[in-house]
Amino acid sequence: MLELTNPLLLAVILINFYTLGSARLVACVRVVALQGALLALLPLLSHGFTFHAMVLAAEAFCFKGVVIPWLLLRAIHRVRIRREMEPIVGFVPTLILGVLTTVGAFLFADLLPLAPEHHDGMFVPTALATMFSGFLLLITRRKAITQILGYLMLENGIFIFAVLLSAAMPFMVEAGILLDLLVGVFVMGIVVNQISREFSTLNTERLTALKE
Amino acid sequence: MLLLLILFPLAVALLALLLPWYQARSWLLPVSGALHLLMAGVTVAGPGHAPSPWIALDALSSLVLIVTSLLYFGCAVYAVGYLDLRRDRGNKTIVPCLLVFLSAMTLAIAARHLGLLWMAVEATTLASAPLIYYNRNRLSIEATWKYLLLCSVGIALALLGILFIAYAALAGGGMPATLQLDTLLAGATQLSRPWLHAGYVFLLVGFGTKMGLAPLHSWKPDAYGEAPGMVGALLAGGLTSVAFLAILRAVQLMTAAGDGAMARQALLGMGLLSLLIAAIFMVRQPDIKRLLAYSSVEHMGILAIGVGIGGLATFGAMLHLVNNALTKGCLFLSAGNIQRAYDSKRLSKVHGALATLPISGSIFLAGFLAITGSPPFGLFMSEFTILRGIFGSGQTWIGLLMVLLLAMVFIGMGATVLTATQGEPVKLESAYKDNFLLVISPLLFLLLVLLLGVYLPEPLQNALREAAALLEVQL
Repeated sequence: MLELTNPLLLAVILINFYTLGSARLVACVRVVALQGALLALLPLLSHGFTFHAMVLAAEAFCFKGVVIPWLLLRAIHRVRIRREMEPIVGFVPTLILGVLTTVGAFLFADLLPLAPEHHDGMFVPTALATMFSGFLLLITRRKAITQILGYLMLENGIFIFAVLLSAAMPFMVEAGILLDLLVGVFVMGIVVNQISREFSTLNTERLTALKE
Repeated sequence: MLLLLILFPLAVALLALLLPWYQARSWLLPVSGALHLLMAGVTVAGPGHAPSPWIALDALSSLVLIVTSLLYFGCAVYAVGYLDLRRDRGNKTIVPCLLVFLSAMTLAIAARHLGLLWMAVEATTLASAPLIYYNRNRLSIEATWKYLLLCSVGIALALLGILFIAYAALAGGGMPATLQLDTLLAGATQLSRPWLHAGYVFLLVGFGTKMGLAPLHSWKPDAYGEAPGMVGALLAGGLTSVAFLAILRAVQLMTAAGDGAMARQALLGMGLLSLLIAAIFMVRQPDIKRLLAYSSVEHMGILAIGVGIGGLATFGAMLHLVNNALTKGCLFLSAGNIQRAYDSKRLSKVHGALATLPISGSIFLAGFLAITGSPPFGLFMSEFTILRGIFGSGQTWIGLLMVLLLAMVFIGMGATVLTATQGEPVKLESAYKDNFLLVISPLLFLLLVLLLGVYLPEPLQNALREAAALLEVQL
């Protein structure tokens, strides 16, 4: 089963690239949902169908693949933005940066003192690459919704790393972390609604009244 | 008992959601605050309880628990008066959120499992976001968005740091991957070094964002500036102490693994930078609440420096944590009163506070003297102890730099505070008047800080010493 994780992680990386290069907000939310759903398979593939892995997978699928994207799509619908995103750095440059950081992540992961059983897998480089892509999205985009997507991708990257360690994470804690993520996105969604009501835009560049 | 301490605020929060009366809902806060303080006192003073792998108190967490609980109780009493003034804004959201916030803070303090600790700290972020958004205007949205995004990303990095530490256990080969603090501390020498170090850095960055150490403090002036006074007090006195406790857990782990010196150096660097940045931004600061936010950055820096130096300075830092929390409570609450009265927190409108609002104005002025470490207040004692620790350890240049920066802070902060408080009385447009509920808490905080400066009771001294001892190398 373990060999199946490689194509899955490859798909995760391709989704990173798509999100970095795409201008369509709804499509971006959908592929990040797909990424979450794919990641939900990861514990099953790497630990087999144990009870722990199954619950974790079900939770991750519900939250990352269904509920959070649904919340975001609803927020997009409500504030009526389908327009292209207006990046601070263009799509092509961010995509190139994304590719470069991914290559860097693979090179860097080879240098890490990993436990022997993790040397061959793509877990660690993919985790790093996904986190970097999330960061890029957070930094280079202006729309509040895209920044939330960046945050989600960052969490997805951490999730990949966490799968390696699920023995250290008891049930309750895993559930709590995912719940925190869900509530976090929910609260951010509420704030997004308020931003659009007050400013009639979702561009966070308008949020500059508070400064020295 | 400890579990009850975490759960009962949640139950009261539920009750607050259902209760239809405005005043009764407000009064739930001080009642549960008093109950929390009482139970926290009993739990800490009571006989040692069966150690649990999930939640337990040690000397460090007991100290933070009592301080946070005391601060919360004071703010809760103030809240009744404050919410009465703000009937236009309502208290249907803020009261349950404040209670959930209390519960999350207690859980974060008591957690003995790093995953649980992370969960609770993130929960505090989420519960406090609606508190910052209380005023529901453009500025508070901006502040809330920055707070939410920066802290969430910061905390996500802390999660990565926690995972790295779990991986350090796995890669070290000596034990199975675990996040239980006591197990990790016991087997710290077997942890894989590179992963432990990387984990520490990420924990420092992540929880440092939450604590507001420079250069990760950029959300702080906005959030503290736009939040109501009592929320500012709870964030600056309570939540920062909780985040500091989380960092101290990482320091404990590094010390147990024999890399304490490295951990301390990183803290020292960030502490000095915080002090420097705060001193720069406090000069000519035209907004009294943003001024307090930078003062918070400054004092987080002093805490980091204290622990970074070690020895006597660590003891000083523990005392400073208590003093800082109480003084921040006093300052934010009285600044909140001034803001209500003048309907502004900027120096363009706020002046003559001493003559216009004799009680709140003088508490604010005295609070300024306390926070800048003037004798005979408690902060003088703690800052002096930290400085003695620094000079005693032979790091004269760091000591001199700190004295210089503290003087700069005093001058910068003094200019703003004196402009706000001195001058002719102003005819107020608002109907605000100081009343008992609004001034009693800041006044009591101030008296406590004064008392701590004059006399340090024996039990407290022991508690501080025990807390500091946890951070030292144990042989």
